[in-house]
Amino acid sequence: MRYLPLTPTDRQDMLAVIGASSIDTLFADVPEAARLDGPIHDLPMHASELAVERHMAALARKNTVAGDVPFFLGAGAYRHHVPASVDHLIQRGEFLTAYTPYQPEIAQGTLQMLFEFQTQVAALLGTDVANASMYDGSTACWEAIGMARRITRRGKAILSGGLHPHYVSVAKTMAKYTGDVLDTALPTLSADADLDALIAKLDDDTSCVVVQYPDILGRIADLTPLADACHAKKALLIAVVTEPVALGALRAPGEMDADIVVGEGQSLGVGLQFGGPYVGLFGCKEKYVRQMPGRLCGQTVDAEGRRGFVLTLSTREQHIRREKATSNICTNSGLCALAFSIHMTLLGEAGLRRLAALNHAGACRAADRLAKVPGVRVVNDTFFNEFTLDIGKEARPVVRDLADKGVLAGVSLGRLYPGEDALANGLIVAVTETATDEDIEALATALEEALA
Amino acid sequence: MSINASGWKPTAPVKGEGAAPTFTGNKALMLEEPLIFEIGSTETTGVDFADGDVAGSRLGDLTRKSAIGLPGLSEQETVRHYTRLSRQNYAIDLGLFPLGSCTMKHNPRLNEKVARMPGFADIHPLQPVDTVQGALGVINELAVWLIKLTGMHGVAMSPKAGAHGELCGILCIKAALEKRGQGHRKVVLVPESAHGTNPATAAFAGFTVEDIPATADGRVDTAALKARLGPDVAAVMITNPNTCGLFERDLKEISDAVHAAGGYVYCDGANFNAIVGRVRPGDLGVDAMHINLHKTFSTPHGGGGPGSGPVVLSEALAPFGPLPFTARMADGHIQLIEEETAGDDHPDTFGRMVAFHGQMGMFTRALAYILSHGADGLKQVAEDAVLNANYVLRSLEDVFDAPFAGAGPCMHEAIFSDKGFAAGFSTIDAAKALIDEGFHPMTMYFPLVVHGAMLIEPTETESRAALDQFIGALRSVAERAKAGDPSLKTAPHFAPRARLDETLAARKPVLTWKPLVVQAEAAE
Repeated sequence: MRYLPLTPTDRQDMLAVIGASSIDTLFADVPEAARLDGPIHDLPMHASELAVERHMAALARKNTVAGDVPFFLGAGAYRHHVPASVDHLIQRGEFLTAYTPYQPEIAQGTLQMLFEFQTQVAALLGTDVANASMYDGSTACWEAIGMARRITRRGKAILSGGLHPHYVSVAKTMAKYTGDVLDTALPTLSADADLDALIAKLDDDTSCVVVQYPDILGRIADLTPLADACHAKKALLIAVVTEPVALGALRAPGEMDADIVVGEGQSLGVGLQFGGPYVGLFGCKEKYVRQMPGRLCGQTVDAEGRRGFVLTLSTREQHIRREKATSNICTNSGLCALAFSIHMTLLGEAGLRRLAALNHAGACRAADRLAKVPGVRVVNDTFFNEFTLDIGKEARPVVRDLADKGVLAGVSLGRLYPGEDALANGLIVAVTETATDEDIEALATALEEALA
Repeated sequence: MSINASGWKPTAPVKGEGAAPTFTGNKALMLEEPLIFEIGSTETTGVDFADGDVAGSRLGDLTRKSAIGLPGLSEQETVRHYTRLSRQNYAIDLGLFPLGSCTMKHNPRLNEKVARMPGFADIHPLQPVDTVQGALGVINELAVWLIKLTGMHGVAMSPKAGAHGELCGILCIKAALEKRGQGHRKVVLVPESAHGTNPATAAFAGFTVEDIPATADGRVDTAALKARLGPDVAAVMITNPNTCGLFERDLKEISDAVHAAGGYVYCDGANFNAIVGRVRPGDLGVDAMHINLHKTFSTPHGGGGPGSGPVVLSEALAPFGPLPFTARMADGHIQLIEEETAGDDHPDTFGRMVAFHGQMGMFTRALAYILSHGADGLKQVAEDAVLNANYVLRSLEDVFDAPFAGAGPCMHEAIFSDKGFAAGFSTIDAAKALIDEGFHPMTMYFPLVVHGAMLIEPTETESRAALDQFIGALRSVAERAKAGDPSLKTAPHFAPRARLDETLAARKPVLTWKPLVVQAEAAE
């Protein structure tokens, strides 16, 4: 077996050193009834690299690759072009095959990268600090709600109807077990986000309001009045960003006085990957840092006075605090954070702004073109690279039909909100720099045929 | 404009032995590297975009006006920056990485290649299911392997990491108890040798955690555990093999007792590598167990994630598992069960844990690893892992205190204590000396039940020659620690950094880079 270096001779010699007569004696503590005498049957035996590659390639070929067709899906995961050097660098063995940097003297590469990542994320989100990443945006969102509960000692969170429904589902699952009360709502197919409704719901029991920016339908609203209203009630404002590229064009939520800003970092460096692994972004105001979940990297000096970096404030974490920890999380999304950080370094401020401008311009062209399709209405007044169409009939079968014709048209609201008739005609269309004008025309033409 | 126009200089030139300090602080191939904020500028970019009109704005009045403060680098500068950083890391690719309980085995490159096939890497999680049958096929095929390897009934694939898997298992238990009208059971029993995530997870789910003591031979005190069982106990969380590297001989007996008392058995599967292909946890009465794909099934640790923590479930718990999951239909079509379809077939699900389907990129890697080994190779994995650990144990027990070595073989990891070190010397000194010898240190001070614990897990992918060199280094370190060699206290001497001031980092947290003027103001 190509990954196992011991030879039969090695094994015999080593057993002799150990003083064991056979490998079975080393498993003597396993109760007899649970010992298997041979390989588990009904499972294949070992295979060559070539055979495994063939098998996996055959499975891969059954999927419709986003890059092969006109492609417009978003709703929490976005297709962007990732420069070749990103993937090259994250595959360096010293990054790929390192462990969590618990021995900082020989992990400065990972630690310095995390310090840079935290600084980039804080700058992008407009927060004072950011952590070393979370599993993904949905879990980061839930962790922010828990953090708001700890800070305010209140247990009611108000979730905007514009928050990604999967993020709402994750929060609902967790809240069942923590006792948090969640006030949730559905979006409506209108241009107005629900900020006024959120403000009206605020009361003295509210720990936080959670609002997505841009929201699930792509709408963008000024968060400043909501932040002021939250703070007047001593509640926190949590902003959720599922498309970080948007912050190359839009004011950052932290600038609008959001207390905690979380996000999904997948857009930069990570790729679609059928939903994971992704990278959760988590930033907040400095005064709340000791209530933050997840790993943090901090700057310090070594015994010779040189600058260096370590994981820090770990007294918040499970391996020290056990049942009193701020979270049970024991990992971050290190390699995805690295990919995010490299992509961001390649872009720089100038590149990110240009990327954002191209995305927005493409989306504007697509919205104008699709608005001309008979029966189609663009729901949004405002959007970044994603907007919602009302196509006048149930969108989900239309999306399936278009997929059969080789156009991946977007995400139907029927997929995200099954059973909600008022939303069934909605279709979320995302337009990134990867969509060409020909792609947009192909989508418009296919929609015209489907709706004719 | 450069964000730090003054440029960066190392704070103190490094002394060389018999050599003049260098201007740069570099020592030949050991290169100091500034932060991107010190070398980049906000005008530089390493990415070219198509020319084109970017007119039009539907951003409302929310266009960003202020600078973000993000430096850019050209492509070569970027490659050089991260290449230089990478060289300050230890990694499995460089040498033996014996972190107990972490299973740092070789990461096959076939897995990386497979995960990057466009058919897996470039598909969206919300594409119509007919367009992602191959991806769902991977999830389903891996699920079948995990179920058969563990002898369990079902598996939840979506948890993002081991601790997330623990949470999944505990939520299944909570949901099952509530369904049975047993929601008043509030106590979860956790052995004191457990990973910190176990009590943190149980507490998160609203349970009260009670410790169960260990016996002198490093295992759960079965009698004490049985005595504590009762109508208030929801579950027991046991790690098997445990964090002392020992198989919990009584697990089946414990499981039977827990079930008889109306509770469930959660098994922390962090150490499944020791028994994969040889023992099925389902045969030991386990109700739920997470599997760290980044441990047993070789997906890369990546400097701290991403992990992946599928949870295998017993027949009693499977109905409560989270959404989404896959089901293979009679015609071979793979269905994705989400909120919409769960109502009919899966009404007791506790809900959704993550936005999409879990760590697909880890599923492809783990499946490639599993298919490469097959049932026979996986059995060999467990055997070689256990053989290597026992070889280390027996080769070092005369120079290190090995608290459980007299009681019999270990499983995949060997544990030693710092008993016998000279006064004032502890595990950390041995660990840092090992860095100078070119190895990553073992797990230190864990589990808590052994004084100054050194937990060594060589894994099955180390050759005998590599083990012999490692053993030689550790024997040398042991002699120095027992003799009180003062140079151990200042080790490592040859690493990119000497020991770092962790107290300073926690007392005055500096979590982001700030321009030098801001740093100076903060210092005043």
